[in-house]
Amino acid sequence: MTALSITILAGFLIAILAPFLTRLMKHRAAFVLALYPLAVVMQLLALQRGSFTAPSIQFPWVPSMGLWMTFTLDGLGFLMGMLIAGIGTLVILYGGEYLRDDPYLERFFLWVIIFMASMLGVVTSGNALVLFVFWELTSISSFFLIGYKFEYESARAAAWQALLVTGAGGLAMLAGLVLLGQITGSFEINQWLQNPKLVQESSLAPAAFILILLGAMTKSAQFPFHFWLPNAMEAPTPVSAYLHSATMVKAGVYLLARLFPVLGGLALWNQVVPWVGLLTLVGGALLALGQTDLKKLLAYTTVSSLGGMVFLLGLGTPLAVKTAMLFLLTHALYKGTLFLVAGGVDHAAGSRDIRKLGKLAKLMPFTTLAAGLAALSMAGIPPLIGFISKEYVYESTLYYSNLPFILTGLAVLANVANVAVAGWVGIRPFWQQPEQKDEDLHLHKESVWLWIPPLVLAITGLFMGVFSQGAAQTWVAAATSSVLQEISKVKFSLWHGITPMLILSIVTLIIGVVVYLTSRTLIPGLAAFWKKLSFVGPNLFYSRSMRAFLSVAGWQTKILQSGYLRYYIITIIVTAVTLAVVTLATRYGRLPNPQWTQPRFYDVIFIVIIITSAILVTRAVSRLATITLLGAIGFSIAILFLLYSGPDLAMVQFAVETLTVILFVLVIYQLPKYTKSNYPIQANVLNIIVSVAGGVMMAVLMLLTSAVPSNSTLAPYFMENSLELAKGRNVVNVILVDFRGLDTLGEITVLMIAAIGVFALLGLKKGSKSGGNR
Amino acid sequence: MQRSIILPVATRYLMPLMLVFSIFLLLRGHNEVGGGFVGGLVAASALMLYAISTSPSALWKLLPLDPRFIAAIGLFISLFSGFIPLFYGKPFMTGMWIETPLPVLGKIGTPTLFDVGVYVLVIGVVVWILLEFAEDE
Repeated sequence: MTALSITILAGFLIAILAPFLTRLMKHRAAFVLALYPLAVVMQLLALQRGSFTAPSIQFPWVPSMGLWMTFTLDGLGFLMGMLIAGIGTLVILYGGEYLRDDPYLERFFLWVIIFMASMLGVVTSGNALVLFVFWELTSISSFFLIGYKFEYESARAAAWQALLVTGAGGLAMLAGLVLLGQITGSFEINQWLQNPKLVQESSLAPAAFILILLGAMTKSAQFPFHFWLPNAMEAPTPVSAYLHSATMVKAGVYLLARLFPVLGGLALWNQVVPWVGLLTLVGGALLALGQTDLKKLLAYTTVSSLGGMVFLLGLGTPLAVKTAMLFLLTHALYKGTLFLVAGGVDHAAGSRDIRKLGKLAKLMPFTTLAAGLAALSMAGIPPLIGFISKEYVYESTLYYSNLPFILTGLAVLANVANVAVAGWVGIRPFWQQPEQKDEDLHLHKESVWLWIPPLVLAITGLFMGVFSQGAAQTWVAAATSSVLQEISKVKFSLWHGITPMLILSIVTLIIGVVVYLTSRTLIPGLAAFWKKLSFVGPNLFYSRSMRAFLSVAGWQTKILQSGYLRYYIITIIVTAVTLAVVTLATRYGRLPNPQWTQPRFYDVIFIVIIITSAILVTRAVSRLATITLLGAIGFSIAILFLLYSGPDLAMVQFAVETLTVILFVLVIYQLPKYTKSNYPIQANVLNIIVSVAGGVMMAVLMLLTSAVPSNSTLAPYFMENSLELAKGRNVVNVILVDFRGLDTLGEITVLMIAAIGVFALLGLKKGSKSGGNR
Repeated sequence: MQRSIILPVATRYLMPLMLVFSIFLLLRGHNEVGGGFVGGLVAASALMLYAISTSPSALWKLLPLDPRFIAAIGLFISLFSGFIPLFYGKPFMTGMWIETPLPVLGKIGTPTLFDVGVYVLVIGVVVWILLEFAEDE
């Protein structure tokens, strides 16, 4: 496991190096970069000899808080890992060709590899918090990949939408994981799995379950959060194939499967999860039938299939879990292929509209072959693996204890849509005449690296079907065992004799073919229907709430950020005074008596200077007079600091006052003519009230503070240990750079940010004027 | 406008003195009054004095680096000083000191380096901000 973890984590380093490599080698960098996922595949395959498990390893993260980066591998992680790394290898090769002349190819490689490493991190994490970190990283890389064509408004909007939806779900999930951590006292997932009773008996368990389910639902595009996935088709096709079909969207399914031993025993699980899945399964399928864009068709059927997996996990019988795992594998194989095919078609023909495409078989024979195999698998026709998977789905629903016939009927309905869509995407563009003539199509031949990856995937699907007792069987058995936490036997075969499932399969196929043939009337009809219904759709809800959110933000900004310095100061002072008065009023009886000390005569001198200057400032008629009087105040305060033994403070105050003068000298010529503003009398009264209130409040607070006897142990501690521990006699400076050094680090960072802000405000305004001398 | 000769001539002597003084403040900071922050402010005043007495563009030429880089380098030095203890298996920002004091500099340790970073950053930030306000006439 150590070696595997290091390989996986090395992905982040490789990702950072990828742009440089891309600059050197152009699109050929793909051949080097593909070695990374290939290495992961090899290491996983080497582990296959054992029981697909690897002893977990721990890197210290924050050991003082009991946090360890635990990595572990079991059958479920193995299955997901194979999909991620295997399809990842093909997607990198494919992407290099697909985006060959794209100026931002390096960004594609960067984010795809970051995604790959994070996703592998998700499925090998043994610690819930580590899992969460990787989970969020996949959301972020998905954001950048959807927004890859950032010049387009639609791509940016889709990227935002995906990030906000999955990000919000991720936060809910974090809360859920923290609750589980509170219940069990550990964030090690293994600890959770070993003590399911502990969780199930807790009163917090339902809350944790719902929160985690929200995370899984948003990530795996479950209704009503499904809408971001079809919009995410703005991403380049290899990204859609990889993130939004084969791997990332399965993270939610993975999470549910991973926590099935803990949460599956809750009564809520059976009441909620199957229905969420079923709604998505059927809804996605029906929505798919109204689409004409290749990628949208695939996206909605992906939503439907993800619903299917969640539904099966929700049923929770050993058979259903087994089916879910098989479906996970099958779906990635055929849907990944079809997405890659769609990209190839788009590349060669310049369109993704199924009505405009046709007769491509001669032009792109290998793509046609890949598409055909994947379509047969998706339609569930033997001997492809999709057939076995569909049989299992029917078996799971038919023998379920509750409403078996309704569940089976709905599953048939969803599969009918799958058959039709499989035909529309995988058969029709290649064999049939196009429905509409389009002069804009520029057909050209398929490129080698655009057909090899989908063909490899498609043939894998074929082999896994024909030799179903090989890899598919062992992998699914291993994954099922780790979900159910007991050794599970799986035996796949293409022929079971005449069973109810076989008859259902045939029925599905026949209806599916009928639907396939009626596309000319069905698609526009359904599309119009969905459009009519869109006013209740969650997409609209999303855009409405975004708009409302932005207008509230705009409204409060307009109030709080008026742009006038005087209003800012008034707001700050009034808020501070109100808070102080309220606090003081609630403790009225317990306030200490202020202590007075006799002021020395030189104190009085400076206080008089300060008061006189302050009054004169308000009457000053020129800028020079104002700045001089303010300087007098500042320097007098600095001297007071000095008199009351604060030399460090005094020095800083002196330096700041000096710099203020310099600043003033620099800007004096640029300022507009000083006009004594004649505020209306009410405004002046308000100003006077606010400033007097601020002054009085500060004075009272100072008096009260100095009257409280200091019983803090902090000051003596610093005084005593400054020399001993930090080797310095100037306690103020020792506190700044050593004892509270982290605060100082934060403060100087803020200083830097402030400078950047000033630069942004002034530098941009000056524009090219200042460009000459830098 | 007629320029006064007094300020440029005074600056020629004042600026180096102030810069030396700022370094003095920085180095004595750990034991006596002073420190990186105030030292940086003094150094920045010295540089700005030069900018006023000659011209902002003259200061641009005088600086070895863009003040933005100076500020960034300062932040980096401070951050880096915090990382040094990590190499010795100690928590971030643990103060570590060289056993024997060096001549002139005195005792040197990671907090000293941290303070140097603050000093450099303050010079960079202040000069940067003030030069943004300044314009050549």
